[in-house]
Order: sequence, then C-alpha cells, then structure tokens
Amino acid sequence: MQRDITAEVLELIRLTSTSLPPDVEEKIREAREKEESGTAAKGAFDTILRNVELSRSQSTPICQDTGTPIFYVHYPEGWSTLKLRMQIRNAMAEATKLNYMRPNAVDAVYDKNSGNNLGGEEFPSIHFEEVEGETLTIELMLKGGGCENVGAQYSLPDSRLGAGRDLAGVRKAVLDAVHKAQGQGCAPGILGVAIGGDRGTSYIKSKEVLYDKLGTRNSDPQLALLEERLTNEANTLGIGPMGFGGKTTVIDTKIVGLHRLPASFYVSVSYMCWAYRRRKMVLSGNKAQYS
Amino acid sequence: MKNIQLPISDETILGLKVGDPVLLSGVMVTGRDAAHKWMMETFIKKTRPATGEDQQTYESLKSLLNGSVIYHCGPVVSGLDTKDYKFVAAGPTTSIREEPYQADVMQHFNIKGVIGKGGMGKKTLEGCKNTPGVYFHAIGGAASFIAQSVVKVLGVYKYDFGVPEAMWVIEVKDFPVVVTMDAHGRSQHEVVESSSKTALDALLNQPY
Repeated sequence: MQRDITAEVLELIRLTSTSLPPDVEEKIREAREKEESGTAAKGAFDTILRNVELSRSQSTPICQDTGTPIFYVHYPEGWSTLKLRMQIRNAMAEATKLNYMRPNAVDAVYDKNSGNNLGGEEFPSIHFEEVEGETLTIELMLKGGGCENVGAQYSLPDSRLGAGRDLAGVRKAVLDAVHKAQGQGCAPGILGVAIGGDRGTSYIKSKEVLYDKLGTRNSDPQLALLEERLTNEANTLGIGPMGFGGKTTVIDTKIVGLHRLPASFYVSVSYMCWAYRRRKMVLSGNKAQYS
Repeated sequence: MKNIQLPISDETILGLKVGDPVLLSGVMVTGRDAAHKWMMETFIKKTRPATGEDQQTYESLKSLLNGSVIYHCGPVVSGLDTKDYKFVAAGPTTSIREEPYQADVMQHFNIKGVIGKGGMGKKTLEGCKNTPGVYFHAIGGAASFIAQSVVKVLGVYKYDFGVPEAMWVIEVKDFPVVVTMDAHGRSQHEVVESSSKTALDALLNQPY
C-alpha cells in the first residue's frame, strides 16, 4: 500500500551525497596501491580517501557539487507517481536545507538559482517504471557538473579519428573522449558508453548503465571484452588522478548496445568522476533497506 | 611542503615551481563563472554598467584580492538563514571555464594565485608569467576535507549570484594544494596533455 515516503527518500539522498558506495571505495584503494610513494598521484588518492572517510563520519557532502539528482523509481501497480514525485521533491528541498545538497538548480535563461534544488519539471530528474510485485525500489545518482561537461557524443563514421561504424570505431571514439577529458572530470573516472539509439536515448542509456555494480561485465562476450580493453588501454594514457599523471585514469567501463536507425550510429560517453555517488533503496512493507 | 601566508610576495611566487606541494594560510576570495564574467564585463572591459553596490564591492575586492588568491569554488554553506556562515563542503570546481577571463582578472586585481582543478590554458599560463602568479591545484571532490581548512567565513559579496556563484571571503589555515602551473611558463597540464596524446595516437593506430 502506498504511504508517505518523504523521510525514507531524504535518508537516501543523505546517504548518496555523504557516503561513497563500498565497491567504488575499494577500487580507489586498489588504484592508490599502484601509485608510487611521494608522487602527486599517490597524494591525490590519499586526500580522496581521507575525504571519503571524513564525509561519511560527519555526514557532509563528499563533493560540494552535489550534482544533478537522477532518480529511477520502480514502483508496484497502484502507486501514484504524482504523489511519489511530490514526496521526492519535498525530500530534495529538505535535504538542501540540511546541507546534504548544495542549491544547484539554476534557471538557464534568467540565471537565477532556485535555492532549493527544485527547478521546473525536470530538476530533479525522475524516471518512473512500473514493476511486478509489491516492492518499491528507488535508485539515486548524483552526477557532478565537472564530469558531465566532459561527456561526449560521436556520430560515426568520424574521419578525424578514422573511426567507422563498428566496435573498432567505438573503441577509437571512447579513447578520444578519455584523452579530451584529461583530469577535468575528476579522474580517475568511470565510463558509461551507449552504442546506437538516437541522440537522446543514447545519452540516457549511457548514464543508466552507471547504476550497475563495478566489475560486472556485459553478458555479450564481445562487449565484455571491449569494456575490459577500454579500461586497460585508457590507463596506458598516463593521465592519472586529477590529471597529475599516473597509472589509473579509468576505474571501469560499462557498455550498453542499443538499436539504431540505418542512417545513424551514435557513441555516447558519460564520464563519471571518482566521487561516483549512487545508492539504492528497497521498500518492502514498512521496512526501507539501503545499499 | 612549503607553508605560505597570504598575501604572497613576488619573490615567493618566483620561488615556486611545478610539483611543489604547498599549505596556504590567510584570507582569500572564492569566485567562479558568474564572478569572472561580472568582473570582466563591469570593471575590465567595461561593456556593462556597474549597478547597485557594484562600485563599493569592487573597491573592497580590490584590496582583498591584491597579492592574494582567488579560489574557483562553489561551496555548500550552512547558516544561510542566520548569516552565521560556515563552509560544510568546499572543493575546487573545473578551472578551464575561466580561461577567457583569468589572465585579465589576475593582472587587473594583482592576484598572485588561482586555486582550482583541472588546470588552465596558454592565456592563463602567460598571465602567470606577467603578473607574476601561479596556479594551485586542489584535489577535486575532496570537499569535506578541504572545508576543514576554512577556519572562518568573513563575509560574502554578490550573494544574488546564488550560493555556489557568490564571492565568499574566507580565512583558511593550511589549505593543501600543489603547484601545477608556475610563473616560469611551466605547466604540468601541458606535459600530461602532450604525453597522453602520443599514447593515444599509438592506440588509434593499432588494429582492433
């Protein structure tokens, strides 16, 4: 039965903004071990990890750019999405008052910050999907502006890169995007890649794939291989944490293959910064579980 | 590790080189996209008129920024209702967006250092030579950690820009940064950009 879940969503926002998921933290620790002592790269990882611990213990934002809040709501039959939207928006305004979120919604025409992270229908971004069963699941990602700005979309073929309409071309486009990003997107990053779609769905899917756990591979063996290859090859570029130079430039790569029009072949790259904030809440009966 | 007290002398600036880790202490001002555009258009290029309290703000900023540092940062700030401001989270934002303005702003206000992340381009590197000044790189995303170095919020200008874009005057103690662009024309970002381009070209030439 539907009930008011504003408090549960507020906790989801707090957790997402202040506590880095364990799978991400583990990968950053592994990356730290690979850098040599005394280097700027090692120092960057030390600071990153100290910040992760501090943010968790104080319940303060990991990054001051608390990003675009992107919600995916998987709701059982009979729940009102109108009410869910209202409760999510109320929780967002409350989270801003409590400084878990920075006021981040700026009217692009009138240059005015709304002050409460609510802006029109599309901020925060909320996607609804009806599911079977009685369980409500909400996933939240906070995606900062620095890494969003270095995302890229390629329309293949691309003669500058010599990239054709095949996986070899996709590889070239993605490596080019990583090089262009340098340290600007707060490297080391995580790549969400969508192949195909129209411009809009391609970008959306390149973000959705970032909700998956790190280290899991695409079920298509060709794409699984390409995911691993791209991560390894990106790390030979030597860009390193913050672009200081170093061994880890990309932590993981996630690819999704879509259908496309005969005329179009898009490759969309969503770059996620190391502060990879995404959490999930599962509501079963009266009990909310967070992971 | 070098400890530097703000404001900084030319002699100290000229002694800094790429790779130096530094702890900064003293008074600095935050400023990012809206602030740089406003300073440039209103006081440097003078393409739009000063309105409201702009002129008084300009006089205050001139003395605050003289010999000091501008920090590319849009903080999370508590105490907005009571004006008992405190920085909760305050890491750097991406600096390259200020590339069209930075060198002019540095020279106009005699700003000796720019703190941000991701580095800046040729125009700013030239500005670092001329002012002279340096680019200090802070760790992106380390917002709670860096906020601990902000011991006091002394005031705020251009609050109407919104919390992230306003110009906050802060006192910091042992703010950790690394010099990645110095006053002698060296840039770590140029070095990494170029070596990673060589590596990229080699990868692009490999068969699938």
